[in-house]
Amino acid sequence: MAMTDDHRSYSVREMIKENKKKQGGQQFVEWLMPKLLLLTAIVSILTTLGILFTLLFETFIFFERVSIVEFLTSKEWLPWNEEEGSFGIAPLVTGTLLTTGIAMIVAIPVGLASAIYLSEYASEKSRRIIKPILEVLAGIPTIVYGFFALTFVTPLLQKFIPDLGIFNALSPGIVMGIMIIPMVASLSEDAMSSVPNAIREGALGLGSTKLEVALKVVLPAATSGIAASFMLAISRAVGETMIVAVAGGSSPVFTFDVTQSIQTLTAYIVQVTTGDAGYGTTVYYSIYAVGMTLFVFTLLMNLLAQYISRRFREEY
Amino acid sequence: MEKLVDKQKVVQNMMGRIIKNNFFKFIFFLSTLFGLIVLVVLLYRIFTQAIGWLDADFLQNFPSRRPERAGIKAGLVGSLWLMVIVAPVSLILGVGTAIYLEEYAKKNRFTDFIQTNISNLAGVPSIVFGLLGLTIFVRELGLGRSVLAAGLTMSLLVLPVIVVAAQEAIRAVPNQLREASYGMGATKWQTIYRIVLPAAIPGILTGSILALSRAIGETAPLVVLGIPTFIAYLPNGILDTFTVMPMQIYNWTGRPQEEFQHVAAAGIVVLLVVLIFMNSIAVFIRNKFQKRY
Repeated sequence: MAMTDDHRSYSVREMIKENKKKQGGQQFVEWLMPKLLLLTAIVSILTTLGILFTLLFETFIFFERVSIVEFLTSKEWLPWNEEEGSFGIAPLVTGTLLTTGIAMIVAIPVGLASAIYLSEYASEKSRRIIKPILEVLAGIPTIVYGFFALTFVTPLLQKFIPDLGIFNALSPGIVMGIMIIPMVASLSEDAMSSVPNAIREGALGLGSTKLEVALKVVLPAATSGIAASFMLAISRAVGETMIVAVAGGSSPVFTFDVTQSIQTLTAYIVQVTTGDAGYGTTVYYSIYAVGMTLFVFTLLMNLLAQYISRRFREEY
Repeated sequence: MEKLVDKQKVVQNMMGRIIKNNFFKFIFFLSTLFGLIVLVVLLYRIFTQAIGWLDADFLQNFPSRRPERAGIKAGLVGSLWLMVIVAPVSLILGVGTAIYLEEYAKKNRFTDFIQTNISNLAGVPSIVFGLLGLTIFVRELGLGRSVLAAGLTMSLLVLPVIVVAAQEAIRAVPNQLREASYGMGATKWQTIYRIVLPAAIPGILTGSILALSRAIGETAPLVVLGIPTFIAYLPNGILDTFTVMPMQIYNWTGRPQEEFQHVAAAGIVVLLVVLIFMNSIAVFIRNKFQKRY
């Protein structure tokens, strides 16, 4: 069949061209969307920059009024005294270290033992029941844990330790540890589950008991993941606010006595912002210096966790 | 015939190790139970303390200096108002970021940087987000202690969680679906909008609802923003001051009168019921709509 010239002009190429003209709107969308989506992705970077710059600027103003040497070396934190105030971060740091230390004493052994049980001993069925329940523990708001520490754990502990104050480091430390158990358990379990079964079976075939397999084969192979989970747990405990603000007290004292009222970095920020420290006072700027300390510390722990899990991971 | 294996010796050798194994298995099991037991004790304590205080009046009353007249209405409504901002803002930003990272971004340093930045943001303590919100939203932008300022702060706080959940959901959509769509002549955005997103939506929603329930329970950033606890009216718009449930619970917990502890417990029960409700929706969506390819 012979084609006329008229027909020939409708080649595929031209049809595509014509279609493209019709789809001008579509083309615009194709061009626009990646850019819009990139903008949303940049928001996360802006958030980090926002945090960094607000902390830096306001901390800078704080250090114009208080010497950085005093901040780092003085052992007295007396921000409310207008005349003879003293801004030594040490008491807040020891308060934070105390509660974090106690939390780790609870969370690391219990969390690791749970991880070993879930990964090495538990049947698939019981794992499927236990894991979601543990996740509920992680999903409870921290203010609820604070209430629990103040109204249940502290009175309970006072029966055993009569000297224990209403506000102390011990009770919020323990409760914080309980809150962090699921995190240690699930991250460590992930690390242990990724150890291939062939290695376990090799050890079992040589006559090991399950305990020996867990402690001498699986744990060493999963060390990097487990260590990373500890780092993240520490970072979480350091940044935890409401439990220590409710049950830890507000006495910035340089002490290692867990039975007495202390104050953590986070609890100080809460105390200042719930009180009526006026905008522009030294006390107001001090929360940014404290926040900066907190931010740097948790960031270091998180980076360390990432470094450990990347650098020391065993590849199978 | 000489015995190749001395059974007695084997038993002798093994018994100690088997006992040790069983003993530690028991210890590990107890450790696992420990968390569950605490959960039960915590819930039991709170529910028994709340009994008698949790009634219709409690849900309908505003805060009061007298414990028997105190109610959580302002907080309950305030938490819903907070969601009016947090849900759309964090979803649009979070899902947008996830689509960009999974579908458009080239594998280069900039993409790696965004990804690392998101995982680091997830580790920043919530109280630091409060400081960010106080400086930028409350003071610099002059939004005051409003629903908007608190909502934007909370959106940034839960953003990393939503991004990671959405990324996982999008990654789980198999490539065959995308290729089939391209093969039919669809463009990239058409493929994402009509094929990838619908397939990923259950996963995205599940993760997002969990993130939003975190925003409802979060207290620390709002304390820093200076959100008040004692408010006897409801907000009329996103620029009004307001309060949320966790702030009221915090306030009641800190009061010296014994009765306020019961009020706090009643408040916690309401908060937990809201959270359980949201989590059930998430589980329902996951079970009902999650397709396995």
